[in-house]
Amino acid sequence: MVLGRLQPFEWIVASRFLREGRLQSLFTLLGVAIGVAVIVFMSALMQGLQSNLVKRVLTAQPHIQVSPPKESVRLQDAQDGALHAHRIQAPLQRFHSIDQWASVLGLLRAMPEVLVASPAVTGSTFILRGATSRSLSLTAVDLSIYQQIVNLSEKIVVGQARLDAGDILIGTELAADLGVGVGDKLLVQSPTGASNHFMIVGVLDLGNKGANQRSGFIGLHSGQSLLGYPGGVTSIDITVRDVYAAEAVAQRIHAQTQLQADSWIKTNAQFFSAIQSQSLANAAIRFFVGLSVAFGIASVLVVSVVQRSKEIGILRAMGISRGQVMRVFLLQGGLMGLAGAVVGCVLGAVALKAWLHMVRTPDGSPVFIVTLHAWLLVQALLLATVTGLLAALAPALRASRLDPVVAIRG
Amino acid sequence: MAQDTQPNSPLAADRLLQSPVVQLRQVRKSFNVGEPTEVEVLHGIDLVLRPGEFVAVMGPSGSGKSTLLNIVGLLDRPTQGQLLINGIETTTLDDAALTHLRGRSIGFVFQYHHLIGAFSTLENVMLPMVGLQGYPTAAIEQRALALIESVGLLPWRDVSATRLSGGQQQRVAVARALIMQPGLLLADEPTGNLDTQSADAVFELFRQVNRAHGTAVLLVTHNPVLASRCDRLIEVIDGRVPGDELV
Repeated sequence: MVLGRLQPFEWIVASRFLREGRLQSLFTLLGVAIGVAVIVFMSALMQGLQSNLVKRVLTAQPHIQVSPPKESVRLQDAQDGALHAHRIQAPLQRFHSIDQWASVLGLLRAMPEVLVASPAVTGSTFILRGATSRSLSLTAVDLSIYQQIVNLSEKIVVGQARLDAGDILIGTELAADLGVGVGDKLLVQSPTGASNHFMIVGVLDLGNKGANQRSGFIGLHSGQSLLGYPGGVTSIDITVRDVYAAEAVAQRIHAQTQLQADSWIKTNAQFFSAIQSQSLANAAIRFFVGLSVAFGIASVLVVSVVQRSKEIGILRAMGISRGQVMRVFLLQGGLMGLAGAVVGCVLGAVALKAWLHMVRTPDGSPVFIVTLHAWLLVQALLLATVTGLLAALAPALRASRLDPVVAIRG
Repeated sequence: MAQDTQPNSPLAADRLLQSPVVQLRQVRKSFNVGEPTEVEVLHGIDLVLRPGEFVAVMGPSGSGKSTLLNIVGLLDRPTQGQLLINGIETTTLDDAALTHLRGRSIGFVFQYHHLIGAFSTLENVMLPMVGLQGYPTAAIEQRALALIESVGLLPWRDVSATRLSGGQQQRVAVARALIMQPGLLLADEPTGNLDTQSADAVFELFRQVNRAHGTAVLLVTHNPVLASRCDRLIEVIDGRVPGDELV
């Protein structure tokens, strides 16, 4: 085959050099492919695991909860400007309605990072049934909006997700403790003494025994009257576009409204730290695999420069510039990286599929959902190609600096 | 011997009026400059080479012949003195400019052919011109084919260069050196590794190119028979040129 009409010189020489040293190129390519396969497999697995864990955590809670600011002691200055207090007692935190909550809600919904904002009234109540009583952590919401934050329909075990006036949804454990079911009525009493009868329209499994023992949901207006916040709300629940940016958004909300804004990252600090550690471990694995790939490519190219020094010398004598020689070797590194990455992506995908097929729960369903995103493959291709180019830098520089006289003489 | 190669012919006299291809003025070359092991290899060489001249360079091993050839070929720089190629002062040029000038004005043939095994005969000949860019590939191919035909290797055009005999490989190297139609052809013992018959064939190739295109040839050789068939003989001994005569 005569030299391609549209191919640049560097491409022609680099591809021919690689083709000539077939066995050497093949082993290097395999080395890169295995490295990339490990990166693709590990990354997809860890991302699947992480998103599964995060999903489980966020499935029953908002990304951010906005509530009135905590009450604090306001100290008065003494006349000489000095403060005189041996001990300051922390004030009792009482439930308050968010001041001007409707305008705050409008402000939050206008933020580009916010997907959904749902007002709520929360409070502690008692359920009275015959001679027994149970404490109930009650959340009053507008179900049509709240469903977009916590999908209660998915958690219904019996009955339906509906919160008209006089309806209540309770956890499975609480229903079992009280010996009640759908259609039964409960008397719910607030700490202020106000009480109301509610009919159970659905029983929920919130995925946690404690939550199932003490949680209940009623309509927003019912909650406002029962808990003593007529026209008010005690919190606004928020879902944001990027769950990992929740803390930054919460800080912005606090800065703009002076209200307390707690992100899921803050309220689940230990869990989030574990997720971060996992990401760090994944990055470390990627780095070291990348490093070994780079050394593999570099060592092969260093040997190639030595083997081809006479040819490089003669090319230089014929008027080929240092830059062209350098690009020939850079291209070889890049091509080995790219070709290895293509094979590695296929290997990684096959390994992932095999793993998902083999590792299953006793009922035969996958342990968790793992999706191989296209961007992960693109990332792996780019990473391997750039690594190949960087690894080729030192050999390429060495080749370009060869003295043609010395190289030809050998 | 053809008329234009006769020392006293009118054509030979005409050449003296032409601008030199190569001019060396008091060229000195030292290695390990500034170190205790510094050694001067060329001691103030003056040399003029005009278009169409066919010059043999002879001398014992280590006398500085190859160093002289490397300097004339812009592969090495003189430590002192001036070197003009086609009237261009080269000692002040940077590496990129030297490479550019070398690629377009000078062809090289070495003792070993240094063909690239990954390419065919045709591709090896085309390669320098493809590398210099700015030439249409079809035109390069046509020129390369004509050169391969002139060295008698057209049937081997698509054969890998590694599968040719030593003499054939050296003929390919000559064709490669001529692809840019250089005004100066430098050959460092090009027949040193060849049998008599192949050496003769390669020498005749140089002679043909010299006559057909007026290419100046500077041929380093240890072979007195070949040297006697050149137009001019330069003797290099201990880095000096004690002898420079028309043959």
